[in-house]
Amino acid sequence: MSVKSLNKPANWSSADPHFRPNRRRRAIMDPLFRWVCFFATFLGVVFLGTVLGAVFLRVLYPAGAGAKSGIPLGERFSDACALLRRLVVNKPGIEASEVGYRVGLVGSAWLLLFVILIAVPVGVGAALYLEEYTGKSRWKTLVQTNIANLAGVPSIVYGLLGLTLFQRGLGFKSLALGPCVLAGSLTLSLLILPVIVIATQEALRAVPQSLRLAALALGATRWQMIRDHLLPTAAPGILTGTILGVSRAIGETAPLLMVGAAASLLKVTRGPLDRYTALPVEIFYNAKEPDESFSTVAAGGILLLLCLLLTMNFFAIWIRQRTSKRPGLAGSMRTKRGG
Amino acid sequence: MASPDLSPANSGPHSNTVLRTESLSVFYGDSQALSDITIAIPQNQITALIGPSGCGKSTLLRCFNRMNDLIAGLRIEGQIWFHEHDLMDSAVDVVAVRRRIGMVFQKPNPFPKSIYNNIAWGAKINGFLGDMDELVERCLRRAALWDEVKDKLDKSGEQLSGGQQQRLCIARTLAVEPEVILMDEPCSALDPISTAAVEDLMEDLKADYTIVIVTHNMQQARRVSDMTACLMLDANVSQGRRVGVVAEFSPTDKLFTNPTDPRTEAYITGRIG
Ligand SMILES: Nc1ncnc2c1ncn2[C@@H]1O[C@H](COP(=O)(O)OP(=O)(O)O)[C@@H](O)[C@H]1O
Ligand SMILES: [Mg+2]
Repeated sequence: MSVKSLNKPANWSSADPHFRPNRRRRAIMDPLFRWVCFFATFLGVVFLGTVLGAVFLRVLYPAGAGAKSGIPLGERFSDACALLRRLVVNKPGIEASEVGYRVGLVGSAWLLLFVILIAVPVGVGAALYLEEYTGKSRWKTLVQTNIANLAGVPSIVYGLLGLTLFQRGLGFKSLALGPCVLAGSLTLSLLILPVIVIATQEALRAVPQSLRLAALALGATRWQMIRDHLLPTAAPGILTGTILGVSRAIGETAPLLMVGAAASLLKVTRGPLDRYTALPVEIFYNAKEPDESFSTVAAGGILLLLCLLLTMNFFAIWIRQRTSKRPGLAGSMRTKRGG
Repeated sequence: MASPDLSPANSGPHSNTVLRTESLSVFYGDSQALSDITIAIPQNQITALIGPSGCGKSTLLRCFNRMNDLIAGLRIEGQIWFHEHDLMDSAVDVVAVRRRIGMVFQKPNPFPKSIYNNIAWGAKINGFLGDMDELVERCLRRAALWDEVKDKLDKSGEQLSGGQQQRLCIARTLAVEPEVILMDEPCSALDPISTAAVEDLMEDLKADYTIVIVTHNMQQARRVSDMTACLMLDANVSQGRRVGVVAEFSPTDKLFTNPTDPRTEAYITGRIG
């Protein structure tokens, strides 16, 4: 067929009874789909930008009583910094100009500590059991499906569970923890357990089978193989998943409202059995205040929370990127391709 | 029954035979891979397993150190003896078995650790009491790798060439003082020069170890082995499906010059395979 006839689509359908290339429709559909995808991305970015912008503006231009107007931007920035500093240091109070998130920040730190202590060992252990100790079985499929479903359960449901199970101890006085840090941590741990289990399973599956065989063939027990080879190799993946899970726990409000996070607590939490509140909970109550000047306080709290979460997420991304460049891993990929 | 002692000291009447199978059949789920395998692996010799791909050479090899335990749904019938110990006995400690019967894999699989730790790890987890530095050097020398790596023991084992990696894997196996070394196509991922190095090494290790090697390379079997088992796919009467059987098991020289089984002859002359 000559080049010239290739340029004449009209000829095609008559010349070729087996194909209808329909070039005109395809020429429309292809860029169209591209634009649909672009807008989908764009929409997400726009909303994120709007939210961040609104928060920043609210902090820069405080509302309500005592709000200044007509001052230069530089001064607004230094005012905003002073506001954030005050929000970190001060405890809650009556006046919007005096309140801060100190109690909530400390409470969130306690939650963070105990969520890590509880959810990481349990989640990693469960993933190890599912990946390394059970073969393919109906039971495993059942558990696996359940875990995937648990990841999609609304957090308020976990709150209710935590309320009955931990705070009230299913009605047994001796088991009831009451509204304390530990009850909140246990609830949040349950909430992010599926995330950690699934992330760890993914990380374990990425470890080449040849590594397991090499260790076992030397007369290693399963535990020795896991401890010295699987966990170190899977650590970056486990860590990334864990950080993302924990950062989700730190941002959660709804379940904590159920398990006794206080609306406004004046005493800084000192131990796992103390009463507590958390940063997002305090933000929630400040945002609900009818006094407009509290909205600036809420916006400042959101800024603090976002800083915290973004730091954690950046840390997770950093770990992932750093390890994907590690010579050891690159080496194993090389041999995989070669063999 | 107490956990049997796996040391060679109490070897029984079959002192020249290290590993022996009797009417061994292996099934993957419902499909049979090996049928009625009866062979005896002689001590301090190299036994080669050859045969067309898919005939069950690797499956048979994995029976010897219970690596098949790791495959879900695999079922074994018949007996496997290590000296006079029944390897399939439920009282046998697989960890002990795998230490005494080491394995080298088709694709070199060094640990993503330093060369030193590649050797030291197996010894450490098995409770090695001696001088670790000395052990590492001895194993690397024995695997003819010492001169190439002595200046970079702290470098990752994965940075070595394929042939060096495979010798590192052999050295790693030697460190736990096995009696038998099983090798599953150890040279199939290597270039000819590395292959020659590994073959020389096997020849040298024969004095102290019993070696079973799977190879699809008949020249290699001929070069290195003393005994050769030729496996074949045979039409299984009851299943109507082809399963692996031993067509012939005899000294390598004889098998290659004067095979008794027509299928072996067809295979080694290149008419099957
Ligand atoms: N893990 C497994 N699960 C199911 N079938 C397998 C598995 N490994 C091997 N087989 C089957 O067993 C037979 C023998 O395989 P294998 O021992 O690997 O042969 P060879 O090493 O001689 O090429 C083949 O038919 C293969 O498909
Ligand atoms: Mg094979």
